[in-house]
Amino acid sequence: MTAVAQLTDLEVTYRRHAPAVRGVSLSIAPGEVLAVVGESGSGKTTTASALLGLLPAAGRITGGRIEVDGLDVTHAGERVRRGLRGRVIGLVPQDPMVGLDPTRRVAGQLAEAVRLRGVPRRTAQVEVLQLLHEAGVDDPELRARQYPHELSGGLRQRVLIALALAGRPRLVVADEPTSALDVTVQRRILDHLVDQVRTSGTALLIITHDLAMAADRADRIVVMQDGRVVEHGPTATVVGQPQEAYTRRLIAAAPGLRGFEPRPDEPAPDVLRLTGATVDFPGSGRVLDGVDLTVQRGRTLAVVGESGSGKTTALRVALGLQRLTAGRIELDGQDLTDAGWKQWRPLRRRVQLVHQNPFAALDPRFTVAESVAEPLVSFRVGDRRTRATRAAELIDRVGLPADTLSRLPAELSGGQRQRVAIARALALSPEILLLDEPVSALDVSVQAQILDLLADLQRELGVSYLFVSHDLAVVAQVAHRVAVLHRGRLVESGATTQVFTDPRHERTRELLDAVPGRSAVAR
Amino acid sequence: MTAAVLAAPGVPRTRVLRWGPAGYIAGRVLQAAGVLWAAYTVTFVILWLLPSDPLALVLSANNVELDSLTPAQLAEAQARYGLDQPVLTQYWTMLTNALHGDLGTSTTKGVPVTQLIAERLPGTLQLSGLAILLALGGGVLVAWLAAYVRWSPLRLLLTRLPSAGVAFPSFWIGLLLIQVFAFGLGWLPSTGSAGPQALILPAVTMAIPTGAAFAQVLTRSLTDTLAEPYITTATATGLSRAAVIGRHALRNAALPTLTILGLLVGGTVTGAIVTETVFARQGVGTLAQESVLNQDVPVVQAVVVLAAAAFVLVNLLVDLLYPLLDPRIARSR
Repeated sequence: MTAVAQLTDLEVTYRRHAPAVRGVSLSIAPGEVLAVVGESGSGKTTTASALLGLLPAAGRITGGRIEVDGLDVTHAGERVRRGLRGRVIGLVPQDPMVGLDPTRRVAGQLAEAVRLRGVPRRTAQVEVLQLLHEAGVDDPELRARQYPHELSGGLRQRVLIALALAGRPRLVVADEPTSALDVTVQRRILDHLVDQVRTSGTALLIITHDLAMAADRADRIVVMQDGRVVEHGPTATVVGQPQEAYTRRLIAAAPGLRGFEPRPDEPAPDVLRLTGATVDFPGSGRVLDGVDLTVQRGRTLAVVGESGSGKTTALRVALGLQRLTAGRIELDGQDLTDAGWKQWRPLRRRVQLVHQNPFAALDPRFTVAESVAEPLVSFRVGDRRTRATRAAELIDRVGLPADTLSRLPAELSGGQRQRVAIARALALSPEILLLDEPVSALDVSVQAQILDLLADLQRELGVSYLFVSHDLAVVAQVAHRVAVLHRGRLVESGATTQVFTDPRHERTRELLDAVPGRSAVAR
Repeated sequence: MTAAVLAAPGVPRTRVLRWGPAGYIAGRVLQAAGVLWAAYTVTFVILWLLPSDPLALVLSANNVELDSLTPAQLAEAQARYGLDQPVLTQYWTMLTNALHGDLGTSTTKGVPVTQLIAERLPGTLQLSGLAILLALGGGVLVAWLAAYVRWSPLRLLLTRLPSAGVAFPSFWIGLLLIQVFAFGLGWLPSTGSAGPQALILPAVTMAIPTGAAFAQVLTRSLTDTLAEPYITTATATGLSRAAVIGRHALRNAALPTLTILGLLVGGTVTGAIVTETVFARQGVGTLAQESVLNQDVPVVQAVVVLAAAAFVLVNLLVDLLYPLLDPRIARSR
């Protein structure tokens, strides 16, 4: 059978830069699921864009060939490319939250794509509902009438999948299709997408940084690094007998593939304690319902749950930003349940926050040194010189070179920025760090480095962590204890080993099953 | 997912629909009325209380010297204009009169101000209306072309063109147009208010700076919008560039320009003063100019309030238009 798409020695260059893709060759057979795996900057997304003819204006194909459906489209004009888009190659974009036109109803956007096939207006509506149904959208009639902002991230992703399949393409390119979603949602949607393409005989090209996720679903895997293919082959071979050091590194970074050794749960004195914490929001009802959480000195408590489970509210309570409707909060035995802004202010030195998104958490106009020293300034600690010394010390502590100090956030990678954010949170030598999904915006391999850093810092500084995440795989390596929240209630809590090996609650088992790579290991 | 820990959840993102759509509209209308009242009051304070003796102002407008009057005549004059009352009473009387549609009498022409305005307003409304239509059409066209055209010299020209339109003063553009189309080519009349043909040159003159400013904002907004992921999604379904820009990008790009559009359209009343003067048209603009020169205070006040009303009305329309164009505002619970 001829390949649906074939790249031969493809080279793509962005203006005035070294080639981003250098000599990539790969082919996708009809009905095949192929995964291209690599870190940010490996050229995997550029490869996919070139295939779709959607390279940014600065990008040029400077060598090699692209064949789609046996047709050489390397330097084809816009008209030819447009004929291929949607009808031969469909795209499932990266971030479902921003992938749909916010001003138009779901039905309108889908019908537009359906009608490009020449389907008359009347039957297009029927096809739209059919597509939504096939993509696993509940109540298609209702969803079709809604606007994107009325749908959850998972539903939007399903609509985008319907949109990609609307032109009945022979190949679907999924560019990091679910990295912006909760793990359990991720898993359901990916499984559904793979089932859908397999039944319709459509080929699927998955672009991802997550080797474990690819291992669960792909027939073949292509590993990319620095614009080159470093390893390719059937999934079992690439994961089971990796030839290249780089592939082995990716496998080691994937929590589901490397297996985990939970940290022992030895008793320690309590630092932060929530007892029967209950929070009601006017309008949305009870978002936190009688939750008990205890963070012990020098230990990590992981709070895990899906969107809407109340984990963010719990974090806000711990930060003193959210008053409790009922229950108690204690810090070091001091009752803070009714403490106001004034009483909290001195305590904020002892409780610091690290944000989820390192790209938004740093002031783009502050140098790294200024960002790290800012908490010292706001609490009037030391003078200019001692602050500079402290910033340098902290930057060294989080494993960044000293010349980082004079840089701006824009010059740093996501992982480096998160290190800076951690350094800033440590500036006042807090007793507790509240970590809000600290690695979910990062590549899997970078995630592993940040998690290792957090574990090292805890060992050296004795700081306690309250680690909030939607992903059980991530907390496996750092948590001493795990608490699982579901719809505002604490459904399970215990030592990490116990929660992972002997989960009591159905929700916990669901979260465990969602960890990518577990099925590949079991295979 | 935990998007922002610091943003308080539970608090509605927009307060728009706390009392339903009717409440939203009622709130905006009330706000508009408040602004109008404030504009009226501020003008009253500035025009009647600050500069000098209002009686002298009124009399000198009628070529009567204050010093030539006997005390009895003075008192009589004061009573006639209501100036013997306390200031607050004067203000109250004028305000209630204004609310009943009586804006006072022109001190120079001796005609009710409402009648003067009623005579002059239609001409200005025609002019402004046509100018706004031209500005909108032209602005959208230039912005759309600047996004659509891919031949870079033309694209550059189209993106730079609006800056030039903003930079040239409108009286200069008006004079240039008269020179070319009236005196040079003889296609259109240079001045006057007779017939629809006389409307074209002044409307174009007014439309150029407004449309150029609008095109500038829209072009920039369109450039940003075209970099949005949903544009890539739309392109990937196989839509043509024209359709992607027309059906997806333009509407989203228009949202942030609405507010500035409100300001630009509201400003056409002020713009009418210059344009009507250059083209010697009878309108509210020339009325304002005459009455300022003659210190005809009631007329000036009425024109100021009218200009404020235009701003308020247009911005009210913009506020009501937002929910129609952006479902995220209309539908937020």
